[in-house]
Amino acid sequence: MRDAAGKAKLRISSVTLRFTPRTGNPVTALEDISLDVGPQEFSVIVGPSGCGKSSLLRLIAGLIQPTSGAIYLDARQVTRPGKDRGMVFQSYTLFHWLTVRQNVEFGLKIANVNSEQRARIARKFLAEVGLEGFENAYPKQLSGGMMQRVALARALANDPEILLMDEPFGALDSQTRSLMQELLLKIWESSHKTVLFITHDIDEAILLGDRVHVMTARPGRMKEMIAIDIARPRSVDVLTSAPFAALKRRIMALVHEEAVRAMG
Amino acid sequence: MSWLDAYTAPKQDIPPRVYLAISTLVAALLMALWCLLSYGGLVREDFLPTPDAVVRAAIAGIRDGSLLVNTAVSVGEIMSGFIIASVLAVPIGILMGSFKVVEAAIEPVTNFVRYLPVSALIPLLILWVGIGIEEKISVIFIGTFFQQLILIADVSRSVPHDLLDVSYTLGASRRTVVTRVLIPATMPGVMDTLRVTLGWAWTYLVVAELVAGNKGLGYFILNSMRGLFTDRIFLGIAVIGLLGLLTDQLFKAGRNWLLPWAQDL
Repeated sequence: MRDAAGKAKLRISSVTLRFTPRTGNPVTALEDISLDVGPQEFSVIVGPSGCGKSSLLRLIAGLIQPTSGAIYLDARQVTRPGKDRGMVFQSYTLFHWLTVRQNVEFGLKIANVNSEQRARIARKFLAEVGLEGFENAYPKQLSGGMMQRVALARALANDPEILLMDEPFGALDSQTRSLMQELLLKIWESSHKTVLFITHDIDEAILLGDRVHVMTARPGRMKEMIAIDIARPRSVDVLTSAPFAALKRRIMALVHEEAVRAMG
Repeated sequence: MSWLDAYTAPKQDIPPRVYLAISTLVAALLMALWCLLSYGGLVREDFLPTPDAVVRAAIAGIRDGSLLVNTAVSVGEIMSGFIIASVLAVPIGILMGSFKVVEAAIEPVTNFVRYLPVSALIPLLILWVGIGIEEKISVIFIGTFFQQLILIADVSRSVPHDLLDVSYTLGASRRTVVTRVLIPATMPGVMDTLRVTLGWAWTYLVVAELVAGNKGLGYFILNSMRGLFTDRIFLGIAVIGLLGLLTDQLFKAGRNWLLPWAQDL
C-alpha cells in the first residue's frame, strides 16, 4: 500500500509515550510503535481497551507529544495540531451554538474562505452525509447518528490529508452504527481519503479496513497486521461471507490473547 | 386508583392541568390560612396584618411615593452592585476554570473570602465607605462576586476537552479556541449562574439596608417595624418577592432569546 515512490502518507516511527500520573509510578502507554499508512489507504487499529489506541491518534493529531520517536505526515514531522489531520471523536463534539451548516463551515471560516465558497462546500458535504434540509438546525435538534454525520462532514469540509477517527460510532446503537458504516464506506469509496480508524469492534474493522493493525495490551505495541483482501465496493453483506469469518476468527484470537493478558 | 399510581411515580411527568391545579390549590390554601388567622382574630393584628390592610398599605405607599422611591433605590443599588460584579466575574471566572495559572493565582484567595459572611464585613465597609449607596453596592459586590467567580470557573472547567481538541484539528489557533469555542460554550452556564446569584444579591441588599441606611426596601421594612406597621413590613417583603420573581422570569426569557441553541431549562 505504498505509492510509486514508496512513501507512506503517514509514518509513525518508534513512538513511545510515557506519562506520570499525579499519584503513582510512570506508566508506559505506548511502546516503540512503528506504523505506516499508505496514501488513500483505510487503516484500522484494534486492541483491548486501555491499550493506548486513542493516545496514538491524539499523538498523530499533534494534541499530545511523544516521549520519544516521531510522526511524519507526507515526510513532514508532526509537532502540533493542524487542519491537515482532521479528526472525528467518539464523544459528540459539535459546537452547540452554531447551526449544522455553520459547524461544517467552522474550519473554512477560520481559514478565511469566502462565504460563497464556504456555503458551496458545506452544501456538498452535507449532501454526502445525507443531511440536506438540516442546514439551519441546531445540534440539540439532532440524534446521535446525525451529530456524528455532521462531525464527519465538518472534518471532510477541511479537505484534510488524513482523517483520524477515534471510535466515531462507539456511542451509537447498533442499527445506527451499521448505517453509519455503510455511509462511511460509500464516502470513502468515492473519495479514497487516507483514513486511520480506531475501534474495538472487530466486525467494523474488517468491514471498513484495507489493513487491520492489532495492538497489544498496555503497554501498547503493534502486535500484528492483517491485510483485508475483500473486494470493494463493500457493503454490510460482507459480514456474512466466508472470507470475513476466517479473518474475524484470526483477529478475534489475537485480540482475545491480549484481553486475557490485560486482565492477568 | 390508576391516576394515584401515575401521579406518585418518581420522576414522571404529570398533565400540565394537574400541575397547575396543585400549584393553585397550595397557594389558595396558604392564602386561606392567612385569612383565617388574621380575620378570624386568632393572631393579633400587630403581629399578622389582614390581607386588605397590606393592600391598603400598598395603595398608600404608591400614593405618597414612599413605596416607589424606596423600590427604585433598592433596584438601583442591586443593579449597580450586580452588574459590576458580573462584568468582572464572568471573564475572570472563565479564565480561572480553563487556565491553571489563573486558577492558582485566584482560587485560594476566592475560597477564603467567599466563606466570610458578608454581614461580618459590613462594619468594616461602613468605616471605609460610609453608610451611603457605596456601602450597599460594596456589600452586594462582595456577596455576589466571589460566588459567581467559583460557579463560573466550574462552568468553564466543565467544557469538554474534546470540544477544544476538535477545534485545534480544524485549524484553530489558541486564541480562536478561546474566543470562538470556549467562551460560547460557557454561555448557558454563565446565564444560569447570573440568574441564581441575582437572587442572592437581594438577600445581601436587605442585610446592607437593615444595618445602615435611610432609603430602600430594607430600610422601609425596618422603619415600619419601629412603628409596628406590620402591614407595611408585609408589603416590603411582598415587593421584594415579586421583584425577585420578575427578574428571574426576565432572565429565563433572556436566556431563551439570547441562546436559542442551548438546551432548555
